[in-house]
Amino acid sequence: MKIRIYVTLKNGVLDPQGKAIHHALESLDFNGVNDVRAGKLIELDVDDNMADADIEKMCEKLLANTVIENFEIEKLAAKTTEEA
Amino acid sequence: MNSAVLVFPGSNCDRDMAVALETVTGKKPHMVWHGDSDLPDNLDIVAIPGGFSYGDYLRSGAMASRSNIIDSVVQAANKGVKVLGVCNGFQILTEIGLLPGALMRNENIEFICKDAALTVDHASSTFTSAYTKDESISIPVAHHDGNYFADEATLDSLEEEDRIAFRYTTNINGSARDIAGVLNVSGNVLGMMPHPERAIDTKHGGTDGLRLFESLMS
Repeated sequence: MKIRIYVTLKNGVLDPQGKAIHHALESLDFNGVNDVRAGKLIELDVDDNMADADIEKMCEKLLANTVIENFEIEKLAAKTTEEA
Repeated sequence: MNSAVLVFPGSNCDRDMAVALETVTGKKPHMVWHGDSDLPDNLDIVAIPGGFSYGDYLRSGAMASRSNIIDSVVQAANKGVKVLGVCNGFQILTEIGLLPGALMRNENIEFICKDAALTVDHASSTFTSAYTKDESISIPVAHHDGNYFADEATLDSLEEEDRIAFRYTTNINGSARDIAGVLNVSGNVLGMMPHPERAIDTKHGGTDGLRLFESLMS
């Protein structure tokens, strides 16, 4: 089973990279952008029977720093159906 | 005084740290590989050096903070052994949770490498007793992720509990409340972004870092 972990900075935490991207977009004359926040996408291929609690634990223990980051778990279709 | 310096893949200030510790203690520090499970017995200080452990993958200090030796470091810290984390070592201490907050990308997103003016905010800690309060000192910085962040309540408690050891005289990286170094509640763990071990000899261009190591001896 493939899962995607989206790691994003919490609201209120300054995002210097997002700001730089925002400035770069403006310098390319894209003017309608109000805000940019940059995050990470981590894709895991795990056993189909892995417990949700274990996936959460992985996020809390390593993949996200919960002092500054939130995480969201998205489960993709199992490998067999995905490849069909 | 017995000391140890942790070594991770990607550490690059471990030898500078060892020289600084040997200069003041007169004894060679134990160099401890991250994969070991135990620290040497009878340690007085553990130093977590600067560098780019694990290439800063995932987050600065994230991988190192989950390595084998860390449980022993936490146990030692809880027993009162002094723990000094510099630069990447500070990032590792926050990732472990021995110190609050997190070190984020510098506000201007640039790598900053220069001498930084610091103000000594707390001059009675075990790490800073050889300084005087509000003294201005110059210590080199070299980091990309030195922008200290913690929520307002945590920052307030750091101020109230007098746990801010050093502040930037001019904020160079966006750190909350100009914080350059913080202490844990019991005062035996210090994390700081500037590199005191790079300012212990006149040949370094300054010796303001030496007194931090001398403080540890008293």
